[in-house]
Amino acid sequence: MLKENLIMAWDNIKNSKMRSFLTSLGIVIGVSAVIALITIVQSATGEMMSQFESMGTNKISVSASGNVLKSGLTSTDLDNLSKIDNVSGVAPSVSLTGSAGKQGVLLDEVSIMGKNEKYFEVDNTEITQGRKLTAADMDGHTYTCVIDQDIQAGMFPNENPIRQTIKINGQGYEIAGVRDTESSSDVMAGFNASSTADGTVIIPYRNALALSGGSTYSSVDIYIADISLSEQTQANVEAVLDAAFNYKDNSYRIMDMSSIVETMNSMSTMLTALLAGIASIALVVGGIGIMNMMLVSVTERTKEIGLRKALGAEPLQIQALFIIEALTLSLIGGIIGIFLGLGISVITTALIGSTFAISWMAIAIGTGFSVAVGLIFGWTPAKKASNLKPIDALRTD
Amino acid sequence: MTEILHMKDIYKEYQMGDEVSVVLKGINLKVEKGEFIAVLGPSGSGKSTLMNIIGCLDVPTSGEYLLSGRKIADQEEKILTHIRRKEIGFIFQSFYLLSRHTAVKNVELPLIYAGTDKKLRHELAAEMLKKVGLDDKINHLPRQLSGGQQQRVAIARAMINDPTILLADEPTGALDQKTGSQVMELFQQLNQEGRTIIMITHDENLARQAKRIVHILDGNIVEEAI
Repeated sequence: MLKENLIMAWDNIKNSKMRSFLTSLGIVIGVSAVIALITIVQSATGEMMSQFESMGTNKISVSASGNVLKSGLTSTDLDNLSKIDNVSGVAPSVSLTGSAGKQGVLLDEVSIMGKNEKYFEVDNTEITQGRKLTAADMDGHTYTCVIDQDIQAGMFPNENPIRQTIKINGQGYEIAGVRDTESSSDVMAGFNASSTADGTVIIPYRNALALSGGSTYSSVDIYIADISLSEQTQANVEAVLDAAFNYKDNSYRIMDMSSIVETMNSMSTMLTALLAGIASIALVVGGIGIMNMMLVSVTERTKEIGLRKALGAEPLQIQALFIIEALTLSLIGGIIGIFLGLGISVITTALIGSTFAISWMAIAIGTGFSVAVGLIFGWTPAKKASNLKPIDALRTD
Repeated sequence: MTEILHMKDIYKEYQMGDEVSVVLKGINLKVEKGEFIAVLGPSGSGKSTLMNIIGCLDVPTSGEYLLSGRKIADQEEKILTHIRRKEIGFIFQSFYLLSRHTAVKNVELPLIYAGTDKKLRHELAAEMLKKVGLDDKINHLPRQLSGGQQQRVAIARAMINDPTILLADEPTGALDQKTGSQVMELFQQLNQEGRTIIMITHDENLARQAKRIVHILDGNIVEEAI
């Protein structure tokens, strides 16, 4: 019976092609608008999110500006932080600007970064030559460094820089490795590198601290082993920091990447819902179009309905015939709308330069909406048809 | 003979605004299996209303109507539908074929609603079209058929569920005399094979071809002639 109804519905749609097309067009526009908007918003935010996530959701960044009594975090504080449960490591960061030189070459605007072995462990910037700095370099008396490709290009355009010595602010350092300039995943390092024309050199953190003339660290990244316990760990970190600064307010700030990602996530969800809501107005208009056509169809086919009833069609079977017709119309519109919407998304994401990501949620919403529209707006006309009395229906001219 | 239709004191009233119009005023009628009856009356006599009640498209306001021994009263539409499916084969003045369906598809329609499977449905419909002399036209659309042929398709459709009564409403009203008499010949033939036929008409010449004539005038059966 369902199959018969489908065939009959299809026959009717086929026999009034223009009208069916125009009726479906409303659904096509509605569904494609919903799909395109959702996909575009998700593609754009998805990319932004992955950039943020690549900065590391597994780390807590502490920026300790200190107070009058204590200017920043001491080595003891770092030890205490690293002893917290679920902390896999602590990476202090010292940055200053200085010079790097060798016989005949002087770069006087170089970004000097002080890092420890933990930084090199988690950082995924490619080492193009030589090695990373390790724990053995961190005793404070070892003068080794990792330069970036900018400095390599500036100072060693035609020779192997490994094991060569350069002078950083007058102190000789042996080059242990060279790393890629471009793909720096540390947003701060990227910042500093691009703000200094000559490039970046990384030296052991203690050396950098001595070089800067300070005695405390103001910037520390704390790495978390198990992200699911990050809230508890963050509370413990705060407790240690509070104690370190003797419970003075505003001595430090914590930047937690996962909470930023979370905020962005919920903002993007809200934006998606808002846009989809606006687009679904088009769907409602499309639904009204379907309802209109079905009502006309019921009136036009009153005699046919009367005849079918006289020949033994139950009210429910008549209702099914019209609902299936409405559903078929809206589903055809929905399917065309999905493809059209995805097409629009591909073009738009290409134009705005973000990566197209197919959104199954958008497709599910598009299909679900068109089925719902068919059902809701097909119901009344179908009910009207099924309620017609066969004698009245046969009598109309 | 088996009595298949029995009407006792049937009244049918319609509410028209404030006024009640009484269309049928105490109809008594018995029909036995194998009869060929013409219900003859001018327009406005109530013969269409009587046909609707016989065909279970409408129910009487009062009185008792038994069809195949079952009482037809103010039942649910669904139950009336099931009774119609089994008992009545309708033939209309203007054929009422579905214009986009072929002859055989039109004949299959009642079987679709009766739930017969597709293959059997097609076989039965083709066979029935052969019986009414249209075996070479089963895949024609109604517009490719003459009026007489269309009415034959409609008769085949009416017969397909093997109904107790063939109920024809002015079956030759839209046909010329020649094709009209061919259709009447078909009715005669079907009646001889034992089919019970009730024909509603205003045409006395047509009515005379039935075995029995029931005159209806102003809502009453005034005379029965054989």
